[in-house]
Amino acid sequence: MQCKRAFRVWQRNFTVYTKLYKSSLALNFVEPVLYLAALGLGLGAFVREINGVPYIQFIAPGIIASSSMFAAIYECTYGTYVRMKYQKTFDAILATPVNLDDLVLGELLWGATKSLLYGSIIILVISLFGLIKSPLILLVIPVLVVSGLIFSQISVIFTAIIPGIDSYNYFYTLFMTPMFLFSGIFFPLDNLPPLVTKIAFFTPLYHLVNICRGLASGNMALCTWDTVWLLAVVLMLFPYPFRLMRKRIIE
Amino acid sequence: MHVISATHLTKYYNSLRAVDGIDFTIGRAECFGFLGPNGAGKTTVMRILYCFIPPSSGDVRVFDMDVKTNPSAIKARIGVMPQEDNLDPDLSVLENLIVYARYFDIPKRQSAPLAWELLDFVELREKAGVRISNLSGGMKRRLILARSLINKPELLILDEPTTGLDPHSRRNVWEKLRYLKARNTTLLLTTHYMEEAEALCDRVAIMDSGRIVVIDTPASLMKEHGGNLEEVYLKLTGRALRE
Repeated sequence: MQCKRAFRVWQRNFTVYTKLYKSSLALNFVEPVLYLAALGLGLGAFVREINGVPYIQFIAPGIIASSSMFAAIYECTYGTYVRMKYQKTFDAILATPVNLDDLVLGELLWGATKSLLYGSIIILVISLFGLIKSPLILLVIPVLVVSGLIFSQISVIFTAIIPGIDSYNYFYTLFMTPMFLFSGIFFPLDNLPPLVTKIAFFTPLYHLVNICRGLASGNMALCTWDTVWLLAVVLMLFPYPFRLMRKRIIE
Repeated sequence: MHVISATHLTKYYNSLRAVDGIDFTIGRAECFGFLGPNGAGKTTVMRILYCFIPPSSGDVRVFDMDVKTNPSAIKARIGVMPQEDNLDPDLSVLENLIVYARYFDIPKRQSAPLAWELLDFVELREKAGVRISNLSGGMKRRLILARSLINKPELLILDEPTTGLDPHSRRNVWEKLRYLKARNTTLLLTTHYMEEAEALCDRVAIMDSGRIVVIDTPASLMKEHGGNLEEVYLKLTGRALRE
């Protein structure tokens, strides 16, 4: 594996993105703002406060986490699949000095970049709305790279094993949506059956939400273990996207 | 020294033996053709030679380097024209060449003039800013040919370069390939068109069911078996169909 060659793959995706970003950036940015407005203002009129925090301010940091998650997942599920299967971009790239491991690394880094970009935009937006109390929120930015890598890894692993593009329905319905709803973005998990919290503990989004919320309120100490969790998982998952993609494409 | 040498090259896909212990060598500036029915193993051989998939066994050397241990160094010196259209649909004609050059670490200040030169070569200069979806089939093939030349390859691997093209476009591609051959580029191609093999190839290997049935010049094959190359081909292949 060579970082420079992985960068070439990243660069290809970046070049294409800079041509198409106007449509996709707008869409990715509208959806989280809709969530904030509908739930924060609509539901917030009834809920008012959670743990002494106005409801819209409670959910805002979580929206950073979910936006960054969606960005990486879309990129490394549908995006990667289309490049691999329909456009045959992978075949074209693999006929150059770039090898499969470089290619997979490039895809993962690109997914993490999208996570970083879309998460950062939400940080900016909710800060402009005055929903962030602490400048420590800026520390979320490096964390988004790590969590973005995890979401990319999981997505590439799934992309490597599915028989066809329809199988993503399983991924979205059984994995992403439940993770999104039960990650603590919209309500604390304390009042739910303990099993829910136990399951949530094993999902990356739950930890990312904790970190975003902790840093948004200026509380860094709470985030240590969540950060350790993310770092451990990114390392643990590391070999699998490469191994499974090799199996899919070459064997 | 040979540009390509393969000894006992074998490839299994699970239990299916796609290539069955073949041997061949290809010399510098030679144009060598693989002929054979669909499923004979031609594309698999091409893919092994451009290091896309590893051989199951046997020794395969390109530029005297092992395809298993030196894929990047080999790929840096070859150009590949695949069977399928895999141009980048989100990029323009010119951008396709420049982005492709980056994979070879060719910076834009070098690749841009080269890309224009190649667009002239394949007669697509006026299409430089056009999206790929607006190109005809023949233009796409020519652009893929131009793309395969962006790293100034010593060896060009062409998998059915003219399949699906009208006679004019086909002859246009032939003319380019002859020009490249005259400039000492080694050409390796697969084709289903016997007149293509006759027109371009110094030697051909006729493959059937993963094996090489015969390797020779088109002229001596026709002399030995009688008839034109198509008749020779039909006589020597199709074992799997007949059985």
